[in-house]
Amino acid sequence: MRYIRPLSIEDAVGELAKAVGPAAILAGGSDLLVRMKGGFIEPELIVDIKAISGLADITQTADGFRIGAAVPCAVLGENKAVRKAWPGVVEAANLIGSKQVQGRCTITGNLCNASPAADSVPALVAAAAKAVVAGPSGKRTIAVESVPTGPGRTSLAKGEIIEAILLDKRPEHAGDAYLRFIPRTEMDIAVVSAGVNLTLDDKGAIKTARVALGAAAPTVLLVEEAGQVLVGSRLDEATLERLAKICSGACRPIDDKRGTIEFRRKVAGVLAQRAAAIAYKRAGGK
Amino acid sequence: MNFDPRYSGRNFSSVGTRPIRPDGIDKVTGRARYGADFNMAGQLVGRILRSPHAHAVIKKIDTSKAEKLAGVKAVITAKDLPDLTDGDAAMYDILDNSMARTKALYDGHAVAAVAAIDARIARQALKLIEVDYEVLPHITDVDEAAQHHAPLINDQIFTEGLEEKPAKPSNVTKRTQFGHGDVHKGFAQADFIVERSFKTEQTHQGYIEPHACVASVNPDGTADLWVCTQGHFVYRQHCAQLLGLEASKLRVTSSEIGGGFGGKTHVWAEPVALALSRKAGRPVKLVMTRDEVFRASGPTSATSIDVKIGARKDGTITAAEATLRYSCGPYAGSWAEIGAMTAFACYNLENVKTVGYEVLVNRPKTAAYRAPSAPMAAFAVESAVDELAHELGMNAVDFRIKNAAQEGTRASYGPVYGPIGIGPTLEAVKNHPHMKAPLKANQGRGMACGFWFNFGGQTCTDLNIGMDGSVSLAVGTVDVGGSRASLSLVAAEELGIDYSQVKAIVADTSSLGYNDMTDGSRGTFSSSMATISAARNAIKILRDRAAQMWDIPVDDVVWEKGHAIAKGEKYGNLSPLSLKDIAAKSGTTGGPIAGHSELVADGAGVSFATHICDIEVDPETGATRVIRYTVVQDAGKAVHPTYVEGQYQGGAAQGIGWALNEEYIYGKDGRLQNAGFLDYRIPVCSDLPMIDTQILEIPNPNHPYGVRGVGETSIVPPLAAIANAVSNAVGVRMTHIPMSPPRILAALDAEREG
Repeated sequence: MRYIRPLSIEDAVGELAKAVGPAAILAGGSDLLVRMKGGFIEPELIVDIKAISGLADITQTADGFRIGAAVPCAVLGENKAVRKAWPGVVEAANLIGSKQVQGRCTITGNLCNASPAADSVPALVAAAAKAVVAGPSGKRTIAVESVPTGPGRTSLAKGEIIEAILLDKRPEHAGDAYLRFIPRTEMDIAVVSAGVNLTLDDKGAIKTARVALGAAAPTVLLVEEAGQVLVGSRLDEATLERLAKICSGACRPIDDKRGTIEFRRKVAGVLAQRAAAIAYKRAGGK
Repeated sequence: MNFDPRYSGRNFSSVGTRPIRPDGIDKVTGRARYGADFNMAGQLVGRILRSPHAHAVIKKIDTSKAEKLAGVKAVITAKDLPDLTDGDAAMYDILDNSMARTKALYDGHAVAAVAAIDARIARQALKLIEVDYEVLPHITDVDEAAQHHAPLINDQIFTEGLEEKPAKPSNVTKRTQFGHGDVHKGFAQADFIVERSFKTEQTHQGYIEPHACVASVNPDGTADLWVCTQGHFVYRQHCAQLLGLEASKLRVTSSEIGGGFGGKTHVWAEPVALALSRKAGRPVKLVMTRDEVFRASGPTSATSIDVKIGARKDGTITAAEATLRYSCGPYAGSWAEIGAMTAFACYNLENVKTVGYEVLVNRPKTAAYRAPSAPMAAFAVESAVDELAHELGMNAVDFRIKNAAQEGTRASYGPVYGPIGIGPTLEAVKNHPHMKAPLKANQGRGMACGFWFNFGGQTCTDLNIGMDGSVSLAVGTVDVGGSRASLSLVAAEELGIDYSQVKAIVADTSSLGYNDMTDGSRGTFSSSMATISAARNAIKILRDRAAQMWDIPVDDVVWEKGHAIAKGEKYGNLSPLSLKDIAAKSGTTGGPIAGHSELVADGAGVSFATHICDIEVDPETGATRVIRYTVVQDAGKAVHPTYVEGQYQGGAAQGIGWALNEEYIYGKDGRLQNAGFLDYRIPVCSDLPMIDTQILEIPNPNHPYGVRGVGETSIVPPLAAIANAVSNAVGVRMTHIPMSPPRILAALDAEREG
């Protein structure tokens, strides 16, 4: 096994592109090291991206925020500007693993691990976040929901690295929220989860809405119909009923050690309702 | 030895105080040496190859490629552990469980092992071992396994305990029955009858420290084993027998222990480590991974229990009956038998009958887990008792008080009780402020009682007095819950000296006579009895030495408050001699001063507890939160109250996990799906409220200080207390443990749909 710590994204991309055997990218390592210790993977090349310039930075730009791929979730949680603009994304990132894990793990790693139960991903999808991908043929920017293609699989090509996640600048009257169901209070994996992102018009009606569900299908689901049903409403009871029904219906869950199909369907709807209510309140809705 | 173990009703000066534990500093600074912290020069890394199949014939094992790998020093299979058990069926099962002989009987069953110079090579070597399996149909569910058409795990098993030997083999190894009176007659007298069936899933003790040992076998037949265990003497007997060693030549040293709860009363990988060391000619360290701990060590039984209880309108129980089916893993056990003994032990019943069935399944060999078998039986019985109280329109506490066993009651499992604590714990609960605290919406309260036998057993202790007057106490019971602190208090009490003058250690198997293991809540009960006896023997010598120093008859010397005192006016000019004074002169008065004791600690007093629990349930998700929890339990005498409280809280915490989320989940392929702490969900700190405790002290007449064991009873009531709380919160009787959110939500939905 070869471990390298390149100083530029070009070097990292170059090493990954020419790797012959299995290669892995190391940021926080909270998924990678566990999988290696468990004997599930034995990479021949490990590319540690933490020394690459800019990857450990959160930058505020004219368009919003750029969160480097090596920014630990705990650091994200301490960033007041991001917390104010995207509280749902930050609370999702700070639910991953435990306090100790949050000191290491990253939202980019959470995305690239491609677990349908990833905590930060439904919040990022609801937030319409984008990923900046560096690869052998240059850079491209893609929607986060296009990264995972199935459990443990991504759309990234050989040699490609996500170097940052982009979050838009927030308009007035905007709010987001993320809720997950776990049987314990912490240190657990979502049985099912929901992220909701809303903007309101001046009169307090919902102007735009995105709803995403986690652990409800092979990948995190963007439920467009659920967003549409919220638009124009003030989250009255009938709208919430319809939201829950649409979310439950959109689920394609499985029975496994963490929960049943029936449970995930039902609770997906409940969490979507509760997350919508929080996001609405954060946006200034009454 | 004329030691009088009877309770004497003395006043205490050390016992009952709460000093800092002697092992505390080492533990909080990381210096304490646990199983995996022992190392030897030249030691190899041992690893075990485990069956991926729940049930399969092992047709052939080819180890030749692994043996050729550079760095591999030994590869073993069952052939390297020949059968020396000489018809001892229980030992044969332990042997077969250590290393499968002809069949793999569960996912995780050991089939081969390697010792190599490092972990990487050991892992590679495992991959080079080729096992040819013939996969057989498997069975993991306790009810399905008991059916006639179920795949047979062992075709030599014919159910014992039936009137006639059955013609066909079965997965049911044994039927047992307890009780007295006539339940048919009793039910005929009942105005109300509750009859229900319950299930509990299999749980693991969940000790944080995995099994770990270093084994070193010498060519001359001597051997050393450093190991994390609850009973190093028992491990020595078992390993010596399985390996064909002389017990006296195998020296076993117990490490600090990061939890055992019964799971470390049984050898798992230790015989394998010894066999590897014997073959390699070098020390071998073997540490199980968490995955191995779950797949191949110590779970408790999964159960299926039917209960029927009848009562008259006035609240008198007229008859009680239970049928209990407990899974044993693939080897015969007596788990349902214990469940059948404990089920109705809290009550004074005229007509009672319990029947237990031991059931084989393709799961790991069942091991003891804290009051083994009692929590599941209590869950079923106490749920039915709660429901019956509701039907009678009686308060659940009053109903239990009316029917509680007391001194002189004939227990459902046979004996007649002496002074016991079930009534007092119920009265304490009735008067506890917790019972009167208001509840909010979606909250429910439950309470339940629990019983455990407790055990005494063989015990051997040495007490040595140094020339500086310090006391070193060597005990043979592993300290799992603060017993070194408690036993130091007992030595200090008996000798009349300060706690800080006493240092207790756990001695190895070559330093003391045989000790039973720390199980059955016996550690402090039995070793304190032996410590008192050893101290009294030392006091005889101290008096003798004082008599020599004064040159007076020993009969004129008494021992009081840590001093020899010359009795009578004629010795008025003789100042008392302290233990320290006498010890300082010991070199010239006859040499070192010590007290020894060996005894069988009989009369471990039975133990009872009553718990109260408040739960909040989210009706939309089935999520639960324990908002308040109170334990009331009889300790006989709390030697070190802080550790008694710790035992009460620990048992409750484990019970809460068991009741709400912990369970072994098997796939259709018979493989364990959740062999890790991520998906085997023990409670984390933030899941639990502060668990309140109330210690009652109803002295055990068979111990000089009145001590009863306290370690196990606290896990008996929680399953039922929590089930009663959830049932009261949601208005639906919960009959399946764990009450995980999907199960609660499904029960609520079924109720809503009517």
